[in-house]
Amino acid sequence: MAKPKAQSPKSEVQSPKSAPAAPPYHPIAHGLSDDDFKHGKVCTTRWTADARYAWDRGVAIGRYLDGLKQGKLLGVRCAKCARIMIPPRAFCEWCFKPVDGWVELEDTGVVNTFSLCYVTWDVKRVKEPQVPAVIEIDGASRGMGIMHLLGGVDPKKVFCGMKVKAVWKPAAEREGAITDILYWKPL
Amino acid sequence: MSERIAVVGIGATQFRTITPDVSYKELMFDAAVRAYDNAGIDPRRDVDTFVTCAEDYIEGTSIFDEYVPDQLGAALKQVHTITGDGLHGVAAAVMQLRTGRFSLAVVEAHSKASNILTPDGVAACAQDPVYVRPLCLNSHFIAGLEMNRFCAESGVTPGQCAQVAVKNRGNALSNPIAGQAAKLTLEDFRHARPVALPLTELDVAQSVDGAVVVVLATESRARELRTKPVWLTGAGWCNGSPNLETRDWASPKYVTTAAAMAYKQAGITDPRHYFDFAEVDDTYTYKELQHLVALGLANACDVGRDVELGKTATKGKRPVNVSGGALGMGHMYECIGLARLYCAVQQLRGEAGMQQLDKARTAVVQAWRGVPTASAAVLTLAT
Repeated sequence: MAKPKAQSPKSEVQSPKSAPAAPPYHPIAHGLSDDDFKHGKVCTTRWTADARYAWDRGVAIGRYLDGLKQGKLLGVRCAKCARIMIPPRAFCEWCFKPVDGWVELEDTGVVNTFSLCYVTWDVKRVKEPQVPAVIEIDGASRGMGIMHLLGGVDPKKVFCGMKVKAVWKPAAEREGAITDILYWKPL
Repeated sequence: MSERIAVVGIGATQFRTITPDVSYKELMFDAAVRAYDNAGIDPRRDVDTFVTCAEDYIEGTSIFDEYVPDQLGAALKQVHTITGDGLHGVAAAVMQLRTGRFSLAVVEAHSKASNILTPDGVAACAQDPVYVRPLCLNSHFIAGLEMNRFCAESGVTPGQCAQVAVKNRGNALSNPIAGQAAKLTLEDFRHARPVALPLTELDVAQSVDGAVVVVLATESRARELRTKPVWLTGAGWCNGSPNLETRDWASPKYVTTAAAMAYKQAGITDPRHYFDFAEVDDTYTYKELQHLVALGLANACDVGRDVELGKTATKGKRPVNVSGGALGMGHMYECIGLARLYCAVQQLRGEAGMQQLDKARTAVVQAWRGVPTASAAVLTLAT
């Protein structure tokens, strides 16, 4: 955590002459440092939540993750709106009906959008950016993509519309998770 | 005066202790499909507004409302989520319908209790972090404190509280969706493990998974649908003070106030003789008795004797929790009240199957949000 910069509080800010007198203004300036918090000069009450979960995968997510373990990308199709959807779901959210079947899709696609991230999930600055991207999967309907990471590419050379292919974990190491794909590389 | 509001559709899944075969979205979808079919509506075309009831800590996902539209047919429609019981959601939907801007509303609540690995840890997070949590007590202790004071002031005995569990779990045997039905006897309580005495394990409703969806409509819209409307004549809610140190442990005033709000809307001045049956919160056995008093349906000095004499049994003078209540159907977090409402509507429609009462024209339904809350909602219903 960056050390907060100590500021000297200003006593008052002058009101414009034409306006009625305003109450005294005190800018926000606590003058506290990181050490003040660490050494108990600021009183707090602490609690570490014991909140743990194990979510049932269910029909759609379960079969999708089983597919990943086998090195396959599985989607579903809705006969009413004719969409091929990935990640799969048990029902079509637009038609509000159960989906009509499963479809195996290519492990290639096109970058819809991406970002170069220099701050990690646990708030660390990194020199080499992570590159999350939405990848529209070949064979799925337009706009149907999965959320993943790009790799094996100079971040400066990534662009919307770039064709990419999945880089899978070795079969023996796959566990039925989205991380069974290590990253997506330029095709 | 704005239009009357009716319940026009109900749907529920089976309530089960575990549901490893479906995700929470698939569970909600199942209840929603049943409710929409029951009402004879298409959610994509017909529904104007959706209210869901969920608590992020229970779901394990922050801003959980973002994850509810798809499985209800609510994508790109008006949706919001309340961190309250399903009956609070009904009250919110009623207010929306009464604005005159909407004519058809959906309310949803569910439980995936089996997915919470640390239910007591999650419950502890509801305790006050300064005054209570440092004592490191299991949250059931609050019910133990309340049961003791309630019994001391009312003269109700732990044995009479046990009779509530015997009745409700027995009632659930004839409820096809109930998840905690059992044939108990008072003898079973002699061997029940203590939790926070006088509270034993058998005094506590045990968790189940499940979902309930209810469809509400304005009177003019209800008349266009094929289902027989059940009129929602009053909706009230109230929160007491959260302080354990200063609350009234014997009398939940927040229930009485919520009831007064609903009764006033419905024009009910004599609740004791008005309702044919009641579906009230029984998260803990003593709570059913305490709530009956707070709702004005019984005297504190008689309520324990009433259950012993069978006055609240299915064949009694005024049945209470014929469905099995939370003790018999299962504890479902924010879905407890909606489960009560689901069963009350079945009764009022004459569709309660083996549980059907001979006389079911008026009902009161009440929910409480569990320890450590002082939060309740009350609905009054009529055919």
